Amino acid sequence: MHIVVCLKQVPDSAQIRVHPVTNTIMRQGVPTIINPYDLFALEEAMRLRDLIGGEVTVLTMGPPMAEDSLRKALTFGADRAVLLTDRFFAGSDTLATSFALASALTKIGQEFGVPSIVFTGKQTIDGDTAQVGPGIAKRLGLNQLTYVARIVELDRDANKIIVERRAEGGVQVLETRLPVLITMLEGVNEIRRGSLESAYRAASAKIVTWNAAAAGITDLTKCGLKGSPTIVKKVFAPTPRAEKAHQVPTDGLAPEALADAVIAEIFSRQPSVESDLVRFSAGQ
Amino acid sequence: MIEERFDAIVVGAGPSGNAAAYTMAKAGLKVLQLERGEYPGSKNVQGAILYADALEKIIPDFREDAPLERHIIEQRLWTMDEKSYVGMHYRSEDFNEERPNRYTILRAQFDKWFSSKVREAGAILLCETTVTELIRDGAGKVTGVRTDRDGGTALADIVILGEGVNGLVGQRSGLRPELQPDSVALAVKEMHFLPREVIESRFNLKGNEGVVIEAMGTITDGMTGTGFLYTNQESVSVGIGCIVSDFAESGKTAYGLLEAFKNHPSIKPLLENSECKEYAAHLIPEGGYHSIPELYGDGWLVVGDAGQFVNAVHREGSNLAMTTGRIAGETVIALKHRGAAMSKANLAAYKRTLDETFVMKDLKKYKRIPALLHRNKQLFGLYPRLLTAAAQTWFRVDGVDKRSKENAILRSFRKGRTLSGLIGDAFKLARAWR
Ligand SMILES: Cc1cc2nc3c(=O)[nH]c(=O)nc-3n(C[C@H](O)[C@H](O)[C@H](O)COP(=O)(O)OP(=O)(O)OC[C@H]3O[C@@H](n4cnc5c(N)ncnc54)[C@H](O)[C@@H]3O)c2cc1C
Repeated sequence: MHIVVCLKQVPDSAQIRVHPVTNTIMRQGVPTIINPYDLFALEEAMRLRDLIGGEVTVLTMGPPMAEDSLRKALTFGADRAVLLTDRFFAGSDTLATSFALASALTKIGQEFGVPSIVFTGKQTIDGDTAQVGPGIAKRLGLNQLTYVARIVELDRDANKIIVERRAEGGVQVLETRLPVLITMLEGVNEIRRGSLESAYRAASAKIVTWNAAAAGITDLTKCGLKGSPTIVKKVFAPTPRAEKAHQVPTDGLAPEALADAVIAEIFSRQPSVESDLVRFSAGQ
Repeated sequence: MIEERFDAIVVGAGPSGNAAAYTMAKAGLKVLQLERGEYPGSKNVQGAILYADALEKIIPDFREDAPLERHIIEQRLWTMDEKSYVGMHYRSEDFNEERPNRYTILRAQFDKWFSSKVREAGAILLCETTVTELIRDGAGKVTGVRTDRDGGTALADIVILGEGVNGLVGQRSGLRPELQPDSVALAVKEMHFLPREVIESRFNLKGNEGVVIEAMGTITDGMTGTGFLYTNQESVSVGIGCIVSDFAESGKTAYGLLEAFKNHPSIKPLLENSECKEYAAHLIPEGGYHSIPELYGDGWLVVGDAGQFVNAVHREGSNLAMTTGRIAGETVIALKHRGAAMSKANLAAYKRTLDETFVMKDLKKYKRIPALLHRNKQLFGLYPRLLTAAAQTWFRVDGVDKRSKENAILRSFRKGRTLSGLIGDAFKLARAWR
């Protein structure tokens, strides 16, 4: 069985520093790591492979230096790594990213066999959107299982998978047909260290590197900044709030009155929210 | 186990291990390098001085892309008491030469850069891989290493240990004795961020010029040690270190000393409004010549701090590490080309070559210094106080005639230490220096 894990190289948020003088985020010299959520996906993929055989391919889109993360994944024990890198991808938001990754996944299917499962982490720590996984599923027409806490059963003959999904207020047990896209929750397993052998293989392995053309992408307007409707208005370091959290007494209030009490509290602290809402509902 | 057999395995990716691995890989040897840290430099203390000469002999054009902070144009040597310092400063336009002689660097970035050169040269580096022990054959010859990874053994003709000051592999394998508390210093260091312009105006610099301050005196509270301050591009490294056995005896703490040093009236204004972003502590081997262990044996060589190659008097370490690493690499290459075995007898060439370099010559020259500094604590308390007091007597204009001032200064020295004590100290110092 072929499993592909999409992973992203992100700045190690624990080590990001804010420039003491200019108050901007200092990207230079910040070590990068594999998005921690993706590691749960990778370990789950390797566990399935060890159980039923097959191959795990890791895929990332990023600058050439994202190769470091792929080598790390190979050290852990992945079988193959694909790096999607091109200046046309620079500035991609989740829409453009899912387009590029979906294209690469199609190409991976042609080159190395169609994957039965595509894994992603539940979200990244630098974007926190949780949109890329579902975006890929939609584009490739895959069933999607998000926030998966456990893979209960994988039946290759019946071509079906049963998972536990963490949902608000409980656990859902879902069954669906392969191929699927799974976004994996944190804390479900622990990434292995990788043997000396795999570390050695990773250090000298050839990384499959594709630019947009090699990945079969022809419509460049869907890539990078051009293909990204999201606009980043401002990046800043929040100043620590002096204000303390405030509790609104709710005892005995009916839902509607409760909502009113909370809204009144918000409006009293953020008058601009009220004026904005009024303007918005007036169609301005 | 890795199936392939290597020409050489290098333990550690600090300056010594990198120099050895680079030299050998460049010559076409098959080199495996193992580093415990997450990446080269991740375990290494930030902010240091790089001596260009040693690196130039390995990578002549390193200035093109190495992450260098400032080149040093001014050296300040301070003797301090609680309120003052007497300084000797040397600043020269000559240091603004085309190929500057000394630079400040940030080790985490520098080690990463050096390591990228090692890999470009063809060595294979595995990080997050700790060597746990040496593998020996029946005759006791070292044939490889065992690591903390699954199936973690690798074999080679020679193992070069560049594992740093607290090299546990060598110690555990009985190649060298455990570190002695009186031959190793504990240094703590902080990085303080400041805008470029502030550093330049505060230290009287322009462009990438830099300053180093080295200080001794009451700042170490009677213990054997020194303090230092270097300027980086947008930060200042400040630190202090003392012999470990002195800390143990006095019960004082390194960070306590550093706090006091930073608050000294001569240092405090230099750090004003800065933001401390990093704190690090590390050991420095300071035992000198007499503490150098066995450097070679059947199938193994020791380089860098693991071999105690630090010149504590001149605060040189990384250059000795690089030089020993390079010469170890060259020794192995020469034997390989001759088809000779990596036997103890053949590897003796490493020590013979080292004896002819500044590394051994300097350590030999200063071989009496560590013991002298250790036994003569008056150098770190009494003398600095006498010196600063003398300076004050001399420079204060108060109606006292200069002859009387001279006499008062001489008297203060005689009172502080007997005449024979004074003469003895001068004699000992001169002898140790010779
Ligand atoms: C505070 C301080 C300031 C200093 N300032 C200067 C200065 O300004 N100029 C100067 O020239 N020198 C300075 N030195 C000395 C200098 O840092 C050392 O001499 C130099 O780093 C020695 O290099 P090395 O390669 O031998 O050891 P290290 O740099 O210590 O490197 C050893 C490497 O081996 C790795 N390792 C250890 N054990 C294992 C294992 N079992 N398996 C795998 N990997 C292992 C470590 O992680 C490390 O990366 C300073 C030292 C200190 C502590």
